Amino acid sequence: MRDRACIVGIGETRYCRAPGSGMSQLGLNLQAATRAIEDAGLRPRDIDGIMPFPNLGSAEELAASLGVQELRFAATLNMGGAAPVASLRVAAAAVTSGLATHVLLPTGWNGYSGRRARETLVTDPTNIPGGAIARDYYIPHGLVAPPQWYALIARRHMHEFGTKPEQLGAIAVAMRKHAQLNPNAVMRGKPLTLEDYLGSPMITAPYRLFDCCLETDGGAALVVTTSERARDLGRRPVFVSGVGAAQPYPADDIATRPDIFATGLTIAAPEAFAMAGVTPADVDFAEIYDCFTFEVLQQLEEAGFCGRGEGGAFVEGGRIELGGALPVNTHGGLLSEAHVCGMSHIVEAVKQLRGDAGERQVADAEIGVVTGWGDFGDGSIAVLRR
Amino acid sequence: MDGLAGQFYGFCRQRELRFQRCTACGAWRHVPRELCAACGSWAWEWARSSGRGTVFTWTVAVRAMHPAFQEAVPYAAVVVEMEEGVRILSTVTDCPPGELAIGMPVAVAFDDVTPEVTLPTFRRGRKE
Repeated sequence: MRDRACIVGIGETRYCRAPGSGMSQLGLNLQAATRAIEDAGLRPRDIDGIMPFPNLGSAEELAASLGVQELRFAATLNMGGAAPVASLRVAAAAVTSGLATHVLLPTGWNGYSGRRARETLVTDPTNIPGGAIARDYYIPHGLVAPPQWYALIARRHMHEFGTKPEQLGAIAVAMRKHAQLNPNAVMRGKPLTLEDYLGSPMITAPYRLFDCCLETDGGAALVVTTSERARDLGRRPVFVSGVGAAQPYPADDIATRPDIFATGLTIAAPEAFAMAGVTPADVDFAEIYDCFTFEVLQQLEEAGFCGRGEGGAFVEGGRIELGGALPVNTHGGLLSEAHVCGMSHIVEAVKQLRGDAGERQVADAEIGVVTGWGDFGDGSIAVLRR
Repeated sequence: MDGLAGQFYGFCRQRELRFQRCTACGAWRHVPRELCAACGSWAWEWARSSGRGTVFTWTVAVRAMHPAFQEAVPYAAVVVEMEEGVRILSTVTDCPPGELAIGMPVAVAFDDVTPEVTLPTFRRGRKE
């Protein structure tokens, strides 16, 4: 499937916190979608496949609102924040196999002004695939929300490999620096130092406030088609060179996982790099799903940018900042741009590969990686090239 | 609570910590599952745990993530690795969060949180 599908359109809404978007969840999905379709040089009726983000929209209502009259392909992958990149993989397969011609990947939510993500599991355990186990075996002991689940992995990593708070802080500081160069980043104009990070209140140890992603309102979307069709459209196409997605084992339970550091990415990353015919050393930048700082470190390890246990040293010394060896989350990520469910990570990679990233452009960017992380460690990864 | 979870917590009400053990290959398992992921057998029993284990990892919840836990913070959610090899998510009720350490020996105790529900919890290095 190497290079046979392309991302041809991207769209975003404004990202914000207080007082909120002033739009409905559906409205955010639609605004991002219509912008992505227009960016691709297409009309809504050209779309014949839609892959909504889990729990944030239905293909039926999106199609009806957009005027999509021939919806041939509609699917949602229940992989939480890993869904956008995993959906890109399925969309690429759909267009190259002829199931659909132009597939729309929309997302959008009022994560700030609506119901907060941190309460969704307790409100409705069916929100995630591992919800029944969380309901029966986690929530009674007070383990109720994602930062608490993942903090268990971070603590164990600190024990086994000596990973330090300052190294998690280096990730938070890098994302915040990048956000200063992004006009749509919620944290633009609010710089962060390592001292600020270390002084921030503990949320769920070892996670401090600035280890945790933002809760924001916003939407983002993509349009995917074949590389043949992409050549006829207006924009410089971005090729899906390699892509993978997988579940950890077991995917519905973190606490009893035999290898607590393994995620779906552990399986998916070698497949994606092999498909693309490149190695992590060939990558010019990486947009890593950064729900919390440690998950960036863990994914850099599991994707093969460094060995397991080496992530702490890897993120130090500006290596993951713009100008470093591997700039990570050039838009600011979930930590400092906005929480757009991982879709804005793909959008940013497309901007970088088009050469449209403005002040934060990675010079001569040819190959970029995007990852997704969801639920109890579902993983996805795309190797994109211009 | 019904099904396998109901049975697990039913034993806790009787102050017994039991995990499933495959009667074909002998593998212990938790959380409860219908069949053995190691050998595929549907045959199993509720086998009594020694109740002893060590701290595998933990997090200290400082900010309540749900209003129901506002009164409880700060508290630690702890993963205990049992002598049988299975892990269980629980709490260590007699240890301040600052004194928790990976490898610390713990033993099961039982807390009646409501007249109907008894949770398996842990104490430092001794058995109830």
